[in-house]
Amino acid sequence: MEKIDNTFGKIKDSLEIMHLFKNGITIMFGGFGGVGSPPTLVDMLIDSGASGLTLIGNDAGFPTIGIGKVVCEGLAKKLIASHIGSNPIAGRQMTEGTLEVEFNPQGTLVERIRAGGVGLGGILVDVGINSEVVTKNKQFAKVEERNYIIEPSLTADVSIVYAKKADPYGNLIFDKSARNTNPLVAMAGDITIVEVEEFVPLGGLDPEEIIVPGVYVDYMIQSKGVNWTWVWDPAYGT
Amino acid sequence: MGMGSGIRNLIAKRAAQEITDGMVVNLGIGIPSLVPNHLPKDIHVMFHAENGVLGMGPTPDEGKADENLCNAAGYPVTLQIGASYSDSTIAFGMIRRGKLDVTILGSLQVSETGDLANWIVPGKRVPGMGGAMELSQKAKKVIVLMNHCDRDGSPKILPSCTLPITTPCCVDLIITELAVFEVTPTGLVLMELMPGATLEMVKRKTAATFTLSSDFTIE
Repeated sequence: MEKIDNTFGKIKDSLEIMHLFKNGITIMFGGFGGVGSPPTLVDMLIDSGASGLTLIGNDAGFPTIGIGKVVCEGLAKKLIASHIGSNPIAGRQMTEGTLEVEFNPQGTLVERIRAGGVGLGGILVDVGINSEVVTKNKQFAKVEERNYIIEPSLTADVSIVYAKKADPYGNLIFDKSARNTNPLVAMAGDITIVEVEEFVPLGGLDPEEIIVPGVYVDYMIQSKGVNWTWVWDPAYGT
Repeated sequence: MGMGSGIRNLIAKRAAQEITDGMVVNLGIGIPSLVPNHLPKDIHVMFHAENGVLGMGPTPDEGKADENLCNAAGYPVTLQIGASYSDSTIAFGMIRRGKLDVTILGSLQVSETGDLANWIVPGKRVPGMGGAMELSQKAKKVIVLMNHCDRDGSPKILPSCTLPITTPCCVDLIITELAVFEVTPTGLVLMELMPGATLEMVKRKTAATFTLSSDFTIE
């Protein structure tokens, strides 16, 4: 690999940033059913031993895939997500009362994250306005004769993100449908750590193609690649 | 499901008739995912996936799967020409903005006024709503493909849903292995019988009241 200048000091060795994972913090993660979740950062989070975490992200992954690994280790006390159906362990923890789950309609959840990332207090949305699970403890607003739920924005102590390419400033591009929630999660972390598949020099990304400007990125580590077996792989579960 | 692939494809084939040139369509998992196999070759449809793909193509050939190009169920797909990627907010922005012509999804129950119940079985299964609320509340047309009855033989088309509702009054069309129903402002209307089904059968297995379409004919 070409030596990349660490001009902004953002590129770190994983041991240098391990201390950022602390007990009881809120962690936002990128990915959708594990696709686009950062495998190396997920393992680091588990190795850090941090527990009592509040996790915010699209879903609970699969038991051996993505954030599902963290959930299955019992490190989370709360999960804010739209779906946990692909991780039966998360369902069991919820039933047993060891994991509190807050369900959001998916589009609302990701827009709440985006709102957090762009400095808004919340969003007005009418999705699920007739559903008690969505409206519980929420305020409402009437704008031009239309009723909306006031959905508060979401931020996190630490965001963990997976990117295809990054330059030393932290300008990011993603890979196909692995983009999903990553750009939003990257913006909403008080501290944002990005796992990068490939570092390129400054100027190595066309400014037109950059999805997340590096101003949102605090630290980056080199990805070791996906180390789980995907559900569609015949080897899954063997 | 307990439903043979022949019947599943029959339902998917009927659903495919609802799709016309130029539409933007979101397909749920299960039977809805079979719908593209039954579309005419010359039709141009953009398949939307809520994980950020507009213009999804068929399953890749064996060995050609890209782990970072998947549908909302997490399975590898391909792209059709003219496709685009987006982040999740844009994928849902399209839905809320009314850009989705049709959503085809499965359900646990549907009421005679078109209430959809497909996100939770309290005490048993709590998968979460995922994108179902946006899709069912905001797509221009909501088509439900499902078994006529559940595993215990209880009707799934009911006067009102007994399970928690995902979205009220949103379903436009119900296609089962027995029948095609349209949800209209004046109630449920039986449009067609599926091959092999009889009116008696449908009456016996449908708890909701329904009327017969004016052009309903028993073949």
